[in-house]
Amino acid sequence: MQQSNAYIITFSVILTVVLGLLLSGTAQVLGPRQQEAIALDKKKQILGAVISGEEISAMSPQEVNQYYESHIGATVVDINGKEVTEKDGVAVSAENVDVAKNYKLPAEDRLYPVFIYHEEGDDSKVKSYILPLYGAGLWDAIWGYLALDTDMNTVGGITMAHAGETPGLGARITTPEVQSRYSGKEIFNESGELVGVEMQKGEGKDYSSEPHKIDGMSGATITGTGVNNMVKSYLSHYKAYIESKKSSQAVAAL
Amino acid sequence: MSAETIEKAIVKKPAEAFLSKRRKKLVTDPLVDENPITIQVLGICSALAVTTQLKPTLVMAISVIFVVAMSNFVISLMRNTIPARVRIIVQLAVVATLVTLVSEVLKAFAYDMYKELSVFVGLIITNCIVMGRLEAFALGNKPYDSVLDGLGSALGYSWIILTVAFFRELWGSGSVFGLPVFDTISGIFGPDFKLATNGLMVSPVGAFIILGLIIWVQRTKTGYVEH
Repeated sequence: MQQSNAYIITFSVILTVVLGLLLSGTAQVLGPRQQEAIALDKKKQILGAVISGEEISAMSPQEVNQYYESHIGATVVDINGKEVTEKDGVAVSAENVDVAKNYKLPAEDRLYPVFIYHEEGDDSKVKSYILPLYGAGLWDAIWGYLALDTDMNTVGGITMAHAGETPGLGARITTPEVQSRYSGKEIFNESGELVGVEMQKGEGKDYSSEPHKIDGMSGATITGTGVNNMVKSYLSHYKAYIESKKSSQAVAAL
Repeated sequence: MSAETIEKAIVKKPAEAFLSKRRKKLVTDPLVDENPITIQVLGICSALAVTTQLKPTLVMAISVIFVVAMSNFVISLMRNTIPARVRIIVQLAVVATLVTLVSEVLKAFAYDMYKELSVFVGLIITNCIVMGRLEAFALGNKPYDSVLDGLGSALGYSWIILTVAFFRELWGSGSVFGLPVFDTISGIFGPDFKLATNGLMVSPVGAFIILGLIIWVQRTKTGYVEH
């Protein structure tokens, strides 16, 4: 049986419409739940920079939300470290700033959210400042959150995520094994210049005595370079804010 | 080759038992004798990639079972209306829709799993088992038989990847379904008794080795030889 062209075209059109409706219907129905899941995941990532992954995975979604509410404050700054409360007449809040969208703007026009980790219910007792990061890995976007201790120099922790790095190689940036290498490293050198923390090429070397270097990921050098660029560029964008916090603490210490 | 040439002549009986011998064979054959992974060596890519831990492997197995059975069912329902000249693209459209459904549901209800399995759920589309069963079976057989055939193939795939994942998680991470088995054993025998995990098992190479061993054991038992 050889079908006519008209039959084939009609069949294809009907199939496309039916499948299309099915898919868009599903997306509509599941959309709100997906948004919730994504928002929760973002909170988990932010918290992941300051508390361990095991603690987070032991929490229920409600507990994560509650912990986040009571421990995380937020502000938005511009490239000069000045607080931004509205842009183009619209009020901005750190949770709603899309770092990925801002990444497409020139660095000086972007909004830079800062998440402030403080003691439970008391936002004057700051424990660390969590800075969002965004950049490019080997295949696709990578992003993360870097926590700076109150000395604005020591890295408290980092979480990283990716859209499409190679499983087992570049995708290892999401593992605690790689992320823990950042803890305790310093972003300023002795002469006070911002140098950041650089992942090295090769794996298995001991960099514990070098405050600006960490062990690399074998087989994922390009992802590692992407991570380095991301960390370095965002630290430099936040530099004004970091400096301002640093000097205010120096004053407070006197 | 048109769809008609694939059609097998099935002897028509007034009412075949719900699970007749022939139908049972449809499900059980792909488990061992016609196993998609160990005999046909299909679907290896995901078998290597998702099997570091049992939990994502289980989710992957369930997704594959759903997609294969459902696509077999849908294609079999439409088998007499599908134009032969565009049948591959029709199959692809159906499979892709089912896979997208699975991926959307995971995204809504198991976001962590969705992130972990990432591209591999989407890649079920290209899993040779799915298209293979559609071409070889669903296009020429009735819906119920096709569902059974799909279930059989998907279960054959599932038990292999679950076995691989069991050994990889046990030796690679020292746990089973996230429960720390090695630590518990060390706890019983005291701190001096330490079971070491093997990093090789966490990398895809580990899956190759386990898979190779499973194929070896199976072929020794069944005497299967490649022609």
